[in-house]
Amino acid sequence: MLEVRNLSMRFGGLLAVDQVSLDVQEQEIVSIIGPNGAGKTTVFNCMSGFYKPSGGQIIFDGKEIQGKSDHKISLMGMVRTFQHVRLFTKMTVVENLLVAQHRHLNTNFMAGLLKTPDYRERERKALDRAAYWLERVGLMDLANREAGNLAYGQQRRLEIARCMVTEPRLLMLDEPAAGLNPAETRELNQLINSLKEDYNVSVVLIEHDMSLVMEISDRITVINQGRPLAAGTPDEVRNNDDVIKAYLGET
Amino acid sequence: MPDFLYFLQQLINGLAIGSAYALIAIGYTMVYGIIGMINFAHGEIYMIGAYTALIAITGLATLGIAWLPLILVVALVCAVLVSSSMGWAVERVAYRPVRGRHRLIPLISAIGMSIFLQNYVHLAQGSRNVGFPALIQGGFQFGDPDSFQTSISYMQITIFVATLVCMSALTLFISHSRIGRACRAVSQDLGMANLLGIETNRIISATFVIGASLAAVAGLLLGMYYGSVDPLFGFIAGLKAFTAAVLGGIGSIPGAMLGGLILGVSESMTSGYLSGEYKDVVSFGLLILILLFKPTGLLGKPEVEKI
Repeated sequence: MLEVRNLSMRFGGLLAVDQVSLDVQEQEIVSIIGPNGAGKTTVFNCMSGFYKPSGGQIIFDGKEIQGKSDHKISLMGMVRTFQHVRLFTKMTVVENLLVAQHRHLNTNFMAGLLKTPDYRERERKALDRAAYWLERVGLMDLANREAGNLAYGQQRRLEIARCMVTEPRLLMLDEPAAGLNPAETRELNQLINSLKEDYNVSVVLIEHDMSLVMEISDRITVINQGRPLAAGTPDEVRNNDDVIKAYLGET
Repeated sequence: MPDFLYFLQQLINGLAIGSAYALIAIGYTMVYGIIGMINFAHGEIYMIGAYTALIAITGLATLGIAWLPLILVVALVCAVLVSSSMGWAVERVAYRPVRGRHRLIPLISAIGMSIFLQNYVHLAQGSRNVGFPALIQGGFQFGDPDSFQTSISYMQITIFVATLVCMSALTLFISHSRIGRACRAVSQDLGMANLLGIETNRIISATFVIGASLAAVAGLLLGMYYGSVDPLFGFIAGLKAFTAAVLGGIGSIPGAMLGGLILGVSESMTSGYLSGEYKDVVSFGLLILILLFKPTGLLGKPEVEKI
């Protein structure tokens, strides 16, 4: 479904990403791991259209998307989150989910003024979908709170729900477990798994929490200093000598 | 008693002019809220609204139409249409091509737009001030006829009612409509809104258009209230409305409303109790005080970075 071929990203004299390749199949969870500063987020930024890669190809559903705008890529069904939570903090929880469905709504000014049947119908569907996901991530009781007042773990879940109401095919999560306690991390683990199983979504994950990564990933790509170091199933990666060296240092 | 009536008179005058400032200030605050920049051509958009209304009124008069409600509605519709397309054009010409560049660049292109529009009206309409017919005349008076009488004109009542209607409609629109919801999302995090599939360009255009429409309403109202317009009509009103927006907290819509009213009342009180010549001193003095002691304005929230 997604194929990244020999991706490179250069900032002036610094080659932040060098010839990284990776592929994601339907209904698959692929993790990108590596030490701090390895270039994981840069890979994400290239994939989601924040950066125009200096070299290589990114192919989503058979179409080359490298260099396309973030807006276009997200409309194609690749949606991402960021290391820090980026909710609309001054809007309510349910409004966050409605505004994410903006493009499915009839925004014709006159239709809104006259409340045409089509307008009402779409608004109702959007509300249903929002309610469904609120229930799904356990935030129904907080629907009318300001998003900024939620606890951190709840904000993380709301962010995933906000991605899901746009009905993406590929979800890119940048350190979703950062700052979560072990119980919240377990909940997140279950949630991500069910996205794959129940909603046919593929997930690309950047994560430092190794227990989470090892448990839910189908495959793992390891990057070190911008270069691909290893790739394979969790077991293969765990026992790879290069990976152990990169993480623990050489003696 | 006469003292109180005199005070009341100043209050009424102040609220009338303050309402109009508030209508213009909305345009400054909404654009700032969305793209973080001041629309320096906004005063000119207001001035063009007043001129358009005047042209429409004159046109209807030559056609021999004298039914007041029709004249007002036609003048309003024309003013809103012309001003809002002007607001849309200002964004397309002066802001969109240079968005994301250094902040000084759109500032300068907007000032250029303002100079262009002002001089265009100079050329097209002449630089002398033109009489604006007082379509709404008469009013109430109360108090002792022998000493001071407070009067409230139908024109002032029209300003209050029109402002109230516009503000309520805007508040409902922002809080309940889909476009309003998207406006709030874009103003909080433009990048994220873009990523979620909101057409941010359309939303930015919409804020310019909404601000310009309200300025056009203010242009018609104040044109009738003052009884004349000239090409510099928008300059000082724009400056005052900008002050009102900063006073109330730029980026905040209720702040712009409050700031406009405070500014209008403080001006009329200065004119009434001190001297008309001091009113600008007081309003800009107020601005300096606010910037010194509460730089985010009365209703603006300080930007606190979460660490």
